[in-house]
Amino acid sequence: MSSPCRRSASLAVLAVLALAACDREEREPRGAPVGESGPGAIAQGTLYAGEPSPPDPRRQEYEGNAYHLAQGKQLYVWFNCGTCHANGGGDIGPPLMDDSWIYGDSLENIFATIVQGRPNGMPSFRNKIPETQIWEIAAYVRSMSGQTPTAASPGRNDSLNAKPAEQRTPKAEPKQSTPGGPQVEGRQ
Amino acid sequence: MSARDASRFIRRDGPSLGEAETHARLERTWATPPGLWGWLSSVDHKQVGRRYIVTAFVFFLLAGLLALAMRMQLAGPNQTLLTPDRYNQIFTMHGTTMMFLFAVPVMEAFAIYLVPLMVGTRAIAFPRLNAFSYWVYLAGGVMLWVAFILNVGPDVGWFSYVPLSGPQFSPGKRADFWAQMVTFTEVAALAVAVEIIVTVLKQRAPGMSLNRIPLFVWGQLVTSFMVVFAMPAVMVSSSMLIMDRLIGTHFFNPAEGGDALLWQHLFWFFGHPEVYIIFLPATGFVSSILPTFARRPIFGYTALVLALVATGFLGFGLWVHHMFATGLPHLGNSFYTAASMAIAIPSGIQIFCWLATLWDGRPRFATPLLFVIGFIVIFVLGGLSGIMLASVPIDSQVHDTYFVVAHFHYVLIGGAVFPLFGAIYYWFPKFTGRMLSERAGAWNFGLFFVGFNIAFFPMHILGLIGMPRRVYSYPAGLGWDDLNLLSTAGAVILAAGVLVFLGNVWHSLKHGLVADDNPWGAATLEWATASPPPSFNFVHIPVVTGSNPLWEEADGLPVVSGLRVDQRELLLTSVVDAAPEVREPSPEPSIWPLLSALAVTILFIGSIFTPWAVVWGSIPLAVGLIGWFWPKSAPDTPEPVIE
Amino acid sequence: MTARLPIPSPCSAGRGRDPCGAWEGEGSVIPRNLALTLPRLRRGPLPLPPGAGEGVARSASSRQWPWHRAALVLCLFALTACERVQHGIQSALDPVGQQAGRIAGLWWLFLAVLAAVYAVVLVLLLVAAIRPRRRRRLPPGPAFRPEEPIERRLTRGLTAWAVGTAAIVLTLTGFSYAVDRDILALGHRAELTIEVTAKQWWWQVRYDDPVPNRSFETANEIRLPVGVPVRVVLKAQDVIHSFWVPNLHGKTDLIPGRVNETVIVADREGRYRGQCAEFCGFQHANMALDVVAMPRDQFEAWRESQLAPAVAPSDERSREGQRVFLTSACVMCHTVRGTTAASRVGPDLTHVAARPSIAAGTLPYSKGNLAGWIADPQRIKPGSQMPVVGLSADQLQSVLAYLDGLK
Repeated sequence: MSSPCRRSASLAVLAVLALAACDREEREPRGAPVGESGPGAIAQGTLYAGEPSPPDPRRQEYEGNAYHLAQGKQLYVWFNCGTCHANGGGDIGPPLMDDSWIYGDSLENIFATIVQGRPNGMPSFRNKIPETQIWEIAAYVRSMSGQTPTAASPGRNDSLNAKPAEQRTPKAEPKQSTPGGPQVEGRQ
Repeated sequence: MSARDASRFIRRDGPSLGEAETHARLERTWATPPGLWGWLSSVDHKQVGRRYIVTAFVFFLLAGLLALAMRMQLAGPNQTLLTPDRYNQIFTMHGTTMMFLFAVPVMEAFAIYLVPLMVGTRAIAFPRLNAFSYWVYLAGGVMLWVAFILNVGPDVGWFSYVPLSGPQFSPGKRADFWAQMVTFTEVAALAVAVEIIVTVLKQRAPGMSLNRIPLFVWGQLVTSFMVVFAMPAVMVSSSMLIMDRLIGTHFFNPAEGGDALLWQHLFWFFGHPEVYIIFLPATGFVSSILPTFARRPIFGYTALVLALVATGFLGFGLWVHHMFATGLPHLGNSFYTAASMAIAIPSGIQIFCWLATLWDGRPRFATPLLFVIGFIVIFVLGGLSGIMLASVPIDSQVHDTYFVVAHFHYVLIGGAVFPLFGAIYYWFPKFTGRMLSERAGAWNFGLFFVGFNIAFFPMHILGLIGMPRRVYSYPAGLGWDDLNLLSTAGAVILAAGVLVFLGNVWHSLKHGLVADDNPWGAATLEWATASPPPSFNFVHIPVVTGSNPLWEEADGLPVVSGLRVDQRELLLTSVVDAAPEVREPSPEPSIWPLLSALAVTILFIGSIFTPWAVVWGSIPLAVGLIGWFWPKSAPDTPEPVIE
Repeated sequence: MTARLPIPSPCSAGRGRDPCGAWEGEGSVIPRNLALTLPRLRRGPLPLPPGAGEGVARSASSRQWPWHRAALVLCLFALTACERVQHGIQSALDPVGQQAGRIAGLWWLFLAVLAAVYAVVLVLLLVAAIRPRRRRRLPPGPAFRPEEPIERRLTRGLTAWAVGTAAIVLTLTGFSYAVDRDILALGHRAELTIEVTAKQWWWQVRYDDPVPNRSFETANEIRLPVGVPVRVVLKAQDVIHSFWVPNLHGKTDLIPGRVNETVIVADREGRYRGQCAEFCGFQHANMALDVVAMPRDQFEAWRESQLAPAVAPSDERSREGQRVFLTSACVMCHTVRGTTAASRVGPDLTHVAARPSIAAGTLPYSKGNLAGWIADPQRIKPGSQMPVVGLSADQLQSVLAYLDGLK
């Protein structure tokens, strides 16, 4: 490889590394701009007619960002998500650390589930939790089944640990449909 | 057989081999190969030492820029120049870089360069390990700074207290880069410490019994022992932190039987001796510079050595005074109060000996001596505020305030950086063959001294009137505004002093006065060889008859001969009396230290991200070490016997 | 949202000294001002410590000196520094409690002794550096052999120096131990217990009482009866913090997994400021608390008022505010006793309007500051756990009306 070529290649590698690290390690406590409305009714894949809606622009900021994932984990505890979902293994509510996603496994779908609520017990948190925090919780929920990069996923907590930390959880490849549940296709 | 032919078969230096011929043959044997390959595989302690010094200074300048950024942010109340996130990264990087990447390495660098010259040997012990330590240190420093630029810089303070630096409260990889940088630099520091200990104890010139070792070498010897006992504590704790963060161990998790205070004990068991690891070599600088410029032998040699050793021991008994506020039992705290107070006694003895040397001497106020005087003025003040910090009640008020910031900058800048600058002005002719400008030196000293005091003295008051450390901002109306502004102004003057220094070095490298072997009329062995020294240091190994060889043997040092000139060979002497014992080969240049350091780098950086890096990373490391230690089947031809 | 409202004084008037004046004069700080405040003298003639008076005299007599401006500035700095030492609400040198008083006394003692030592060293250094007599008589040369009698004299000097250092250090250690024991003894007679739990980046304060329903919680403020030793039990929920009210006592860390204790007592009425002294993340700089010392009867009255549940909203606007509060994100984190809001994530707001400051001592309490804080907490304390809730302007006004009524 010639020298300028090598230089540009190494520059490119460095730039990719830089971008990845910047995104992953950014600490943006404010979250998405205030007043921007969330996806009111998120399109759930092929259940509806027409093209699947484009991914939400905010997904970039929350998915795979270490700070937002950690915040999401804290909020999961603070807002008592564990009352129904336990530590992810499920109790009254469905488990969150397995491979089945009743309403889709994408960040937008989880966001919509938290905002809108779902039949059989999932309440709506619209206006109860600010949207920035819902994005954080949604991002964290994905990390519970290893859907996020391990370099960003939360480590163990300073408490009794009922399960291995999210960063040690092997990725559960999402199943495309669940018998018994609504036939919804998850979007990666 | 002609004389010329006969000398071809002579393999050792001695009267039968002419001076020029000895010089040429030694040069052939000891020179570092030319070119990039030679540069990468060099094991010459002077080259490695120079690299260490330059690298450490680059880190000093970078960390200094961060300090300026912090002072700008704190110049007034409620400033928003920096976000708290950025500020936390900056103050962490400042402390980490100054302590781990500048202060300790630069002191080691001087040891690597000067100790073999001062004890009169041809090379440092374990020269390949020496090269390895430099590459590991460089890799650790570069890794930390690249991480900082990529926004993965640590943001938990240079002390990284858990649980804040633990897995729950420091998401991402920022704290891991900090912890792994510690491992890098401590590996390097331990390697250097071992080299220095062996060099000092086994490679001294014949006749340099323990009571004739230059005080700088004593300082470095005590420091190296402290490194050997202190550094493992922080390596262990940083590895425990990485394990907590990466694989979910519970060393510091109180809910599962760990303890957050364990971190503080381990860290300060290293952290307090660390201060003396930085300070003792600096006392060595002072004890080297003072006799030369006061033009009399140092007063109280034995007292100074005993003070160094006492400080080395007491330094390990003070760590809890960093933890007086944590609620440990009062009886325990009392012990550490007494120990912290007691260390004032050896320090006081040192100060007296230096003052006495100056008092009885005929001082010549060249720049190195100016820096030594600045050192005494500043360091004593820092030491006295340290006595205040030793008291549990007073410490409970000023701990973690700007009072402590003022105190340790007085001790570390006054106690280490001032002597260091003096040392650079003093040894620059030995390193480069040229003198630094005295005029610029005086300006450098003046700006540095004035700027330092304006920047840091007000912080004493700030701490007493309530300003805590590590705050990115502060509210108006608490009486902190003007003093902070004053402090920022001082920081700017200080920076101007550093700029003058840089200009001086830049200019003098090309245009400085050419220095002879001993431009200052000093007494120690490094001035007995050329400036800069040849690759083999000394044509003949000198013999020492007193503590100030160049003053006592003004007509030329006696020498021993008999070391081989066709192979790298050192003279080993006995530990106490330095009686010649045995000739020992010294390793040739090798690329393997660099390759091994690269393998270590891959392993360490990889293990930030996955524990498997320890498994797979050990393979290239094993290859590196096997290559390094592969037995050479060198034809060790017996010497032909002539005459 | 940039309303500048008059700030109600939450403190009782002290004896001839307004405890609130020291920092409330800054007024509503929204938007936070970046102007540097110049040194200024607040209250009439100052009681100056001995050293400072000389500085003033010198500055007056040196008007003609070309550098008199610099001297004047220096004196001003000295003056303001002294003034602050006298009147700091967060100063270790303005003790109002016995503990802080003993420590300050010890500090002045150390300062006097060590300053004398420093002066001796400086004089010796000066003499050593400029001492001319021997230097001229000696022949020039690289070095000389020290003379025996001088070496002997210096050695005697060294011995005396070492003994002197040891004696000074021993004495100071003795005084330090004595004060330490003294302070410990003061702690044995605490009458009131407060439990302080530090969280990222605020203080939860719980007043314990043997009768369970007479315990209550507040946040970021501690009120004490004057002259009554109070035991403060210190816990941490997340990371290590440090509890430090310099006017009352030195600091004690709050460490997860451990329980620490300290005892404080205020001898004078007034309002003092405490601040977290152990680095604890983003908002370590803005984690303060108010300590208000008040006469016993006023304290008891305050305590009764705190025990009461929140005041029911009286007008339409406040009722609307309560409705917004209970149906928006507020309710997810905050408690208002007497309503359904009972989450313990954030500070208890039952009597928020009666507190001296909001956002953990970041802003003095005023309706305007409260508005700015709720509207965009991330601008005032970036990284704090209080999110941007995104209320409409109307909702915000209602919530403000409601909260401002929670006296």
